Amino acid sequence: MKKVYPYLFIFPAMTGIVVFVLYPMVKLITQSFYKVNPMNEANSKFIGIENYTKMFQTAAFKKALVNTGYYALFSVILIMVIALVLAVWLSGKQDRFHSFIQGSVFLPHVISMVSIGLIFQQMMDPDFGIFNQVLTALHLPACTWLRSSSTAVGSIIFTNVWKSVGYYTLILLAAIQGIPTSIYEAASLDNAGKLCTFFRITLPMISPQIFFTLIVLTIGSFKIFDMIFIMTGGGPNNASTSLVFYIYSKVFQEFDIGKAAAAGVVLMVLVGIMTVFYFVGLSKKVHYQ
Amino acid sequence: MEQQTSKTAKILFGMIDLVIVFIFLFPFLWMLSVSLQTEQEITTIPLTLIPKVPQWKNYVEAFASAPFLLYLRNSVLVILGVVVIQLLVMVPAAYTFAKMQFAGKNLCFGLVMIAFMTPAQLTFYPIYHMMSKAGLMNTLWPQILPFMTNAFGIFLLRQYFMQIPDELLESARLDNAGALKVMGKIMLPMSKPALTSVVLFSFVGHWNDYFWPLIITSSTQVRPLTIGVAMLKNTEGAASWHYIMAGNVMLILPVLILYLFFSKYIVSSFTYSGIK
Repeated sequence: MKKVYPYLFIFPAMTGIVVFVLYPMVKLITQSFYKVNPMNEANSKFIGIENYTKMFQTAAFKKALVNTGYYALFSVILIMVIALVLAVWLSGKQDRFHSFIQGSVFLPHVISMVSIGLIFQQMMDPDFGIFNQVLTALHLPACTWLRSSSTAVGSIIFTNVWKSVGYYTLILLAAIQGIPTSIYEAASLDNAGKLCTFFRITLPMISPQIFFTLIVLTIGSFKIFDMIFIMTGGGPNNASTSLVFYIYSKVFQEFDIGKAAAAGVVLMVLVGIMTVFYFVGLSKKVHYQ
Repeated sequence: MEQQTSKTAKILFGMIDLVIVFIFLFPFLWMLSVSLQTEQEITTIPLTLIPKVPQWKNYVEAFASAPFLLYLRNSVLVILGVVVIQLLVMVPAAYTFAKMQFAGKNLCFGLVMIAFMTPAQLTFYPIYHMMSKAGLMNTLWPQILPFMTNAFGIFLLRQYFMQIPDELLESARLDNAGALKVMGKIMLPMSKPALTSVVLFSFVGHWNDYFWPLIITSSTQVRPLTIGVAMLKNTEGAASWHYIMAGNVMLILPVLILYLFFSKYIVSSFTYSGIK
């Protein structure tokens, strides 16, 4: 009887995973090989890899894929660099004012994408937004922000960086504060300069956290959707679309479930690759502790 | 001379600190300001920083322009449902993974990890289809049931449970305490910080969630607050930023208050979710 307990206790959790994670994933992969009839799935037709070949030929999908690459690449680089600078700046000071600064930097991360998307869209209004007014006051050229296809992606990345950077700052900050002070004392006895200390001690010591931050950040960037949907609706002229945006519009605007599933599998592969990196790193991380 | 430079450096450092705070808080102050301006003020250059007469009626009008009480009720009910079900599912599972040995344990825990890494953006259509076939689309269940297993919560709780010494459980068992009693009387009280973190994490995550309700809800009856506020833009038109921002303040306020009181738990749970 006792032997049944463990299975009894994990049964609800496992049911949830099977029904809401595993089954949908299997379904996604199968549907990517079918021309799906959304009204009656029994009437779906097996078409092999046609969804994939056709999808990779369309401009909309290519645009979505390339854009997702842009979002990921620039978000990751900018967030990493800024978070690292902020974390170093905030480390070593621990008073009430500095916990207030940390609280402020982190705040955007707990606020919804909806709220932040709306606020930044208002501030980025080309005619009556505060950003352009500040630019004009500084005698700089005004920007078209979300309204032009050449600046929309950049504006969304800008907003995304602002929203997420505090989260990664605090992760890196915790890592930096975990470095034993004795190491720094030894370095200062050797008259090591600040930059030297940073590159020779701080950076190597927090490399595990930097690695995980990079992975989590990349996976997060692959999924970018909410901000785009709220701020530009994918426009203008499809300029700010992303992979998830493509999937969404295939399902809910064109009812092309097969192609949506194929694009989903592409996303799954991308996330899967990063996840493998993550776990390979996780097994190596034990080394550092 | 040297003292002078260190004094200037101190002032300079303090100013950089203030700039950092300004960068991250200004958009929220700006939202508040716009929410209290007249339509005239938001469409006049130079822009108004502080409204001459705060237009509190913007809030009343924004609130009246859509069934916000209903949206609020939906958000609260969904979160309550999610949190309660997650706790019931998660606590026994975390306990089992932390303290029991059984065949297939690694496989099962591997599945939990897969669930942790799988984004909702992948699984949404099959679940949508499932829910509509089950005839649940006009209820709140499609926003609750898919989240019954909180993989991150199982991780975090398991970690906590593992730190509780086995001797403590052994002695409880000698007193003939059953597994449920051990969980309720020993494990749970000892892992209050972890439980608080998990609950807050779920609360904030679901309060803010936009993607899931967007794809899974199609009628006003079941929409949560995020969707309602985002829809203000469509119903009010882009020139009505004062109403939109008023709605936005209503959306942000509960999370903000929670953040002020529990920032320690919230920050630790969020940063933990990124590391492990």
